[in-house]
Amino acid sequence: MNNQEIISRKGEGLAANQRFRETINAILRQVALYTTVGLMCLFAFFPFLVLMINTFREDQDLYRPQNFPFFFNDPPTLFHITQLFKETNYVVFLRNSVFVGLVVVLITLAIAIPAAYSLARLTGKWGERAGIAIFMVYLVPPTLLFLPLFRMVVALHLNDTIWSLIVVYPTISIPFSTWLLMGFFKSIPKDLEEAAMVDGYSRAAAFLKVVMPLSLSGIIAVVVFTFTLTLHEFIYALTFISSSAQRTLSVGVPTELIRGDVFFWQGLSAATIIVAIPVGILYNLVLDRLISGFTMGAVKG
Amino acid sequence: MSDSTIGTIPGQEKPRRLLSLADSERFLGSAFLLPAVIYIIALVGVPFVAAIGFSVSDVTVGSTAFDFRGFQNFEAILKTPQFLRALSNSILFAVVTQVFVIIGANLIAQVLAMDFRGKWIARFFIMMPWATPVALGAIAWLWLLDSKFSPFDWVLQRMHLLGPHTLFGPRLHMVFLGREQLAMASIIVVNVWRLTPLASVILMAGLTSISHDILDQANVDGSGFWRTLFEIKLPLIMPIMSIALLFGMIFTLSDMAIVYVLTRGGPVYYTQVLPVWAYMKGIEGGALGEGAAVAIFLFPVLLAVVIFVLRASRRMEVT
Repeated sequence: MNNQEIISRKGEGLAANQRFRETINAILRQVALYTTVGLMCLFAFFPFLVLMINTFREDQDLYRPQNFPFFFNDPPTLFHITQLFKETNYVVFLRNSVFVGLVVVLITLAIAIPAAYSLARLTGKWGERAGIAIFMVYLVPPTLLFLPLFRMVVALHLNDTIWSLIVVYPTISIPFSTWLLMGFFKSIPKDLEEAAMVDGYSRAAAFLKVVMPLSLSGIIAVVVFTFTLTLHEFIYALTFISSSAQRTLSVGVPTELIRGDVFFWQGLSAATIIVAIPVGILYNLVLDRLISGFTMGAVKG
Repeated sequence: MSDSTIGTIPGQEKPRRLLSLADSERFLGSAFLLPAVIYIIALVGVPFVAAIGFSVSDVTVGSTAFDFRGFQNFEAILKTPQFLRALSNSILFAVVTQVFVIIGANLIAQVLAMDFRGKWIARFFIMMPWATPVALGAIAWLWLLDSKFSPFDWVLQRMHLLGPHTLFGPRLHMVFLGREQLAMASIIVVNVWRLTPLASVILMAGLTSISHDILDQANVDGSGFWRTLFEIKLPLIMPIMSIALLFGMIFTLSDMAIVYVLTRGGPVYYTQVLPVWAYMKGIEGGALGEGAAVAIFLFPVLLAVVIFVLRASRRMEVT
């Protein structure tokens, strides 16, 4: 064995050692990553897991404190889901929420899209300041306004109907949506519209045919933002509406299924899960667009 | 005429169209903006002024009488022991929440910026608390923190931390929402749970906006993971972090669903916050004037937050 060979063997040994260490490091990094992700998921999703189980638990299973709380001790039952749909106004709440959400989305788009375009393109220097002003409006919280708005809603004879919510919710969604869309419109090169106008489009037509299709991500972000906002909103829904048949989910569920000290826990769990999971999936589907919307609206806007 | 010069090239041989309204920028600019402005003035501006008007009047839910009362509403509120408690709870609630939210959101944003198998489902789980209507999310926690059936109690009992002769004993239940400090801690945990995903989304937007050139350059220059994190990424997302902070503070200060569903301000008034108190006085108690006066106290707090964050974002424009 000459020196040359020894050196090359040593080299191989070192290389193998290096590879081994890299593999170990990669595995450790994976373990750390998945542990962190796992813990985050657990903290975030754990309450929903418990609700999912609770939905199907029998009364005598759920209400015995010694029972294992995270799984079925008795066979699961569909009884409470049937009860939720047949004996409560849950379906009405669902319908009300979807209706309010859709109408408010339409109103918001109809008002915020032109306003954002105006601020981005047509109003020049003071458009920027107006944009900041509109964003500031978003920061005026419902908590400051709900008492006078209650009075106004009564004066308009809208109290106790979902129309009160349809009229008021755009006050929250329009400012944020306008600000978000403004960022989107600004990020589209002016040349594109100008080319369209050279081709004979009017300014308004250029906006509709050129700018709108390019801003689809932003518009989708606004739709999802507005819809979830109407679904989440609590204080106006609680204040303006007192009869069960006009309520939306976020107030209807806690008031209908909690009567004094009596909690219909399985019903409450089911009512929450049935809304939360689809909305969560929807939200996750558009999350990337929401993030890019935020990047353009807030970071570069 | 000069309004539509953009787009028409001078001297171009083209049949001159009649200038329609659809081409006039000044007209379009105002026409497009007007509905939004009217909406905001009618339903934000007017009620905002009315809120101030209410707070100095004796207006109630039942009567339309509107008598000027000066600062009597404010005096009445300031005299009650609830006031200082609600104000300090609101601030404590917001500040402590945000400390945890910002830490958690930074961690989540960093992790979700990486590529790994199962990322979609992980993101779904992590985003759930924010996607769920807040009142319904609070209901989930109402069960978890229940005085008799709390699963946490069960776990603590099995770990011999709860019950006779144990650390948290001798009781069999923690009664999370029935004890002063524990109730406050509980609503903060629930609020952190709900708001962290939102802040993560905002921070992710910030992270994706960092130019890859800068990160590549840092890599070439031999900057390690931590150094890149603390000396490049964090300073660059500082401005957007302040936006996340702004949203979080405002959502916390103005949200009433969590406290209303979980404790209704109790036990006694130990977890009372301004929005819930305003609701209880104004709507449940029928005294719109006093309720409005309570809500008004939110305004200076919110204003301070907004000014603080605007300063931070002005720094952003410089960089």
